[in-house]
Amino acid sequence: MSALTSQLPVLPVIMPFIAGALTLLLPKGRPAWAWATFFSWLTFAACVALLLEVSSAGAISYHMGDWAPPIGIEYRVDLANALVMALVSGIAATVFPFAYESVRSEIDERQTPFFYAMMLICLTGLLGVAITGDAFNVFVFLEISSLSTYALVAMGARADRRALTAAFNYLVMGTLGATFFVIGLGLLYQATGTLNMADMHMKLSGHDTRVVEAGFAFILVGMGLKLAMFPMHVWMPGAYGYAPSAVSAFIAATATKVAVYVLIRFFYSIFGADFGFMRDAFLFVLLPLGIIGMFAASLVAVFQSDVKRMLAYSSVGQIGYMLLGISFGTKAGLTASIVHLVNHGLMKGALFMAVACVVLRFGDHHCSTFTGLARRMPFTAAAFLISGLSLIGVPLTIGFVSKWYLLQASFDAGFPWAAFLIVLSSLIALLYIGRVIELMFREPASDAPPVREAPLSMLIPMWILVAANVYFGVRTEFTAGFAERAADALMQAAGAR
Amino acid sequence: MSDILQFIVDRYNYWIVIVLMMMGLYIVISRGNLVKKIVGLNIFQTSVFILYISMGKIAGGTAPIIIGGHGGEHGDEGHGAEDASGHGADAAHAPEASASLHAAPSSLPHEPAANDLGAAAANAPQAANDAPAALHAAPSANDALAAAPQPHGFDVAEPAANAAALASDTLHQASEIIYSNPLPHVLILTAIVVGVATTAVGLALAVRIREAYGTIEEDELEAADDIAEFGHDFSGKTQAGANA
Repeated sequence: MSALTSQLPVLPVIMPFIAGALTLLLPKGRPAWAWATFFSWLTFAACVALLLEVSSAGAISYHMGDWAPPIGIEYRVDLANALVMALVSGIAATVFPFAYESVRSEIDERQTPFFYAMMLICLTGLLGVAITGDAFNVFVFLEISSLSTYALVAMGARADRRALTAAFNYLVMGTLGATFFVIGLGLLYQATGTLNMADMHMKLSGHDTRVVEAGFAFILVGMGLKLAMFPMHVWMPGAYGYAPSAVSAFIAATATKVAVYVLIRFFYSIFGADFGFMRDAFLFVLLPLGIIGMFAASLVAVFQSDVKRMLAYSSVGQIGYMLLGISFGTKAGLTASIVHLVNHGLMKGALFMAVACVVLRFGDHHCSTFTGLARRMPFTAAAFLISGLSLIGVPLTIGFVSKWYLLQASFDAGFPWAAFLIVLSSLIALLYIGRVIELMFREPASDAPPVREAPLSMLIPMWILVAANVYFGVRTEFTAGFAERAADALMQAAGAR
Repeated sequence: MSDILQFIVDRYNYWIVIVLMMMGLYIVISRGNLVKKIVGLNIFQTSVFILYISMGKIAGGTAPIIIGGHGGEHGDEGHGAEDASGHGADAAHAPEASASLHAAPSSLPHEPAANDLGAAAANAPQAANDAPAALHAAPSANDALAAAPQPHGFDVAEPAANAAALASDTLHQASEIIYSNPLPHVLILTAIVVGVATTAVGLALAVRIREAYGTIEEDELEAADDIAEFGHDFSGKTQAGANA
């Protein structure tokens, strides 16, 4: 192995981190953007290389500073987190080039180096959460990404001052979530004396004590806040709704997905299948909250007059599907959950990008802005249409793949009524997406000023994501295949010990 | 009755953790002032710091700094090797010791300071596993230096020089002296930094909110937003938002 490949696991974390700090020294505007975009692509390349390496050669264990794992910090890459990292860096690699025009219109030019620095640091944090094999590292990286997200959301204040209160609420709830998570980690550390995930898993086996149980509960609640599990989602519509458009596209597609991944990682790689309380948590917490989220949040989305808030509520509902998949506790359920995690990232990224194009031209993301969009901005409208259909779960899109796996999993797990509920809640998605689509195909008001289509620098990244929505919907062996193998590996590690 | 009292008193720092935690959480939820919310968050986080520090404390343990000028008489290469092994032994030993202590948490913070070897060995099971000779410090110049600031943990009553002990005295020192578990301290230093950063961002946001709205009271902010969006205030507080 050459020096580069042996250091490959650390590159996705180190590169955006250092590049992010250096962005502050760059001139305003285009140089800062070009620098950040270049590094987002490098990071994506590293993550794809990592995914291919893991897929062919099996899990990689990287020892930070060459300290052996139980004491030193380990970066452990298996298929599950390689897939999540590929998603996060892939979204970053499309959002960064996309951001230029959008940021130019929404953010004070003097702030652009700070903006791109924050985006890169946020990317660092998200990738760090995904890659690390050390439980406390998860907290540190989570806070790195969250703190930069608070600042990014607050940057939307130029367009709407409510971004500030939204960022503040997000900060309070995010910090509460992170602190709950740390309490849980502390209890686990008290029970095991280790922070390395694999080591913790070994030492936890057969220790079904109250301390471990309390630790589990704290971690579940803490992560539930971070991933906007149904009753703990109140920060989300504000944060996504008032953030700058490019930021909404980035965090909606990545941040909550990474939190879901952390939950899966803790369930399967740390606790393992033999804890009785896990089954209770699945059955009495994740399953009902997932289903309530699917319906309640989707219903609220129908009545939103703002497209960004509508999409944010829809995200809460979509997270319900992922939780439902996890709650089956079967391999099929876990596969469905991971597939939907990746797919939802792709579709929400594309949808928020389409909204960003509209915001660029109209300066507004109210539903009524979309009236007659199919005539006025045909490419943007088509992108919104395709990714919206994907969100509903129309065949030939990735949304259909997710729903298919979820339905299969619910029949496998012996919850046929859950399958019925999944279809029913998809119909609600049809309502809220259909409402916007209906507006798009109306005749534009006759006195409306002519509007140019969004610039190519935005259309191309957006259409790459839209193409991914269709391509992975037809060629399912990438997302679903990887997810299936990842779920398999996770289940094996959880069961075998 | 006295059992219960003993149970409560033995864990007084955990009670402090719980009380602070609930206070912090209550302040965050109940206060409408944004700065007070940040203060509540800080109190909440502080309770977690105390939780971690409590679990790292070992009765009679000293600060986790390796005592003794080990490597003074060794060559450079030997120094490196011994340094690493000394650290390794220390780090491997500390979490285990704490884990065993935590199996019986009541004994954790309140045992009388371990001033004699017996208690020391009980607290650090690994020390007990070593040959008894290892517990007898060799009175080399280094050891005298080391023993001066650290009176307990050494059996100074038996000053017989032992050649074997001299050869590997660094390693032995690592297991003779009882250190507090350094890991929770390090973790909490990190968490404190995160907490400071969160506070800074939160207060900066509060300043920006004050600039944009002219208030940092949550209900007034909500009223201002309602007036901006719907033209009237739903909360019933009339004076709010007028100056926004």
